[in-house]
Amino acid sequence: MTLLSLNIDWILLIEKLVLIAIVVFASLGIALYTTFGERKVAAILQDRPGPNRAGPFGLLQPLADGVKMFTKEDIIPNSANKWLFILGPGLAMTASLMSCAVIPWGGTIELFDRTISLQIADINIGILYIFAVVSLGVYGIMIGGWASNNKFSLMAALRGASQAISYELAMGLSLIAVLMLSGSLSLGDIVKQQQAGWWNIVYQPLGFLIFFICALAECNRTPFDLPEAENELNFGYHQEYSSMKLGFYLFAEYINMIMSSAVMASLYFGGYDIPFVNDAELQTHLGNWVALFQVGTLLIKIVFFIFLFMWIRWTIPRFRYDQLMNLGWKTMIPLALVNMLITGALVLLKMNNWHF
Amino acid sequence: MEALTSRAKAVDRKPMTFLERLYLWNILKGMIITFSHIFKKKPTIQYPEVKRPFSPVFRGLHVLNRDEEGRERCTACGLCAVACPAEAITMEAAERLPGEENLYREEKYAAKYEINMLRCIFCGLCEEACPKDAIYLSETFAPANFNRKGFVYGKDNLLIPNPTTQPEATAKAKGLN
Repeated sequence: MTLLSLNIDWILLIEKLVLIAIVVFASLGIALYTTFGERKVAAILQDRPGPNRAGPFGLLQPLADGVKMFTKEDIIPNSANKWLFILGPGLAMTASLMSCAVIPWGGTIELFDRTISLQIADINIGILYIFAVVSLGVYGIMIGGWASNNKFSLMAALRGASQAISYELAMGLSLIAVLMLSGSLSLGDIVKQQQAGWWNIVYQPLGFLIFFICALAECNRTPFDLPEAENELNFGYHQEYSSMKLGFYLFAEYINMIMSSAVMASLYFGGYDIPFVNDAELQTHLGNWVALFQVGTLLIKIVFFIFLFMWIRWTIPRFRYDQLMNLGWKTMIPLALVNMLITGALVLLKMNNWHF
Repeated sequence: MEALTSRAKAVDRKPMTFLERLYLWNILKGMIITFSHIFKKKPTIQYPEVKRPFSPVFRGLHVLNRDEEGRERCTACGLCAVACPAEAITMEAAERLPGEENLYREEKYAAKYEINMLRCIFCGLCEEACPKDAIYLSETFAPANFNRKGFVYGKDNLLIPNPTTQPEATAKAKGLN
């Protein structure tokens, strides 16, 4: 009886499902074209024209790459743990897609007498959720490396896991400073506060720098792409993978890039806030169009960060492993701690009306 | 010792300072350099659409020439085969029969004339050796092929189109239009 009399808001459910479908497919599509953008940016930075044969300006190149990936022979090594071997890339992909749930993609729109928030789930521990999901991504790496039953894959997986864990520490410490400023763990609240006042980058330049560097390490991007060092470390945890399983691993990296760009934009650059404009005032004039502009603004910010990621990748070589660990433990964590302490002291001073 | 270039720099083995150990400044300098490359001219030539002009002395695929009346000039003397350092040329001679004067200029002609393009080094000695001006090196090179057999070019591949019956094809083969 209680089950039947449960008051389920079916419209809310449908609304969220549609939102999830849009966000997931949009991030997949953007990731697809990020691979194309990566190759184009790499080419342009190296004085080459880049892929330009498939379709106008080479725009169909990602589709051609996808078809190539799907039609390749899918090899599962004899000694591999078959189920874990398949689970690995799936987990990597799922984990990277899951983090899009708490990112506020835009303000609210009014549709059919309902106010629809362009955020799938505004949970009050949004940032903790993102951290949990990002840590789950390490399982994709670990399981893939372990299930391959190949010592080089396993070593690469260990390398990847230890790197992710070391840099997550500094990332968390740099985040705490932001949380002290905002007093909330919900991404939606943090963005709304930045809409009202200044962007967090003004208060937290050092924190942003640390967060950005750690995001590079978390996404396994150059200069921290040791888990997939092809030439000097015998590839990485996906050495035994082929076909679309390998494609999933590579694809998960690009989705991670998009998601970390979105998180950075939300935490430090005002999220969907349109700069130099009072969004709330605009909403009264333009209505739902404002939400569209807000989504566009967030996308522009994301694209900028992705370009920054690529720009860095095609500029510098990767670190040696000891350099990586030294940078993580001896530079990033102390800096993040200092940043946290200074922010804490200033927040306390402000609460005390600038009296000691 | 005098430096060989003006850019020579002594190796600095001082331990890195804290700022250097952050790598940020040097990475930023590198990023400015790569960013400046966005605006540089791309030297790429879009090959099948745009072709780089050959030098006038380029030595490419061979052409067996005809005279103005469309008769084959080659008399199968074998001097090209002798001159060839890579031994890429083989030929079989045959005697011109009555009634074939419009096909072959000399009384003896090459019934079979083969050049193995995998052996050929495109030195042009055959061109120099030929007393009849029959063999020339053109400005194209051998296209890719899946088997070795495809690189043995016979008379059907080498002979230039007949200028009396196919003037357009001849002009094209000579690169006139």
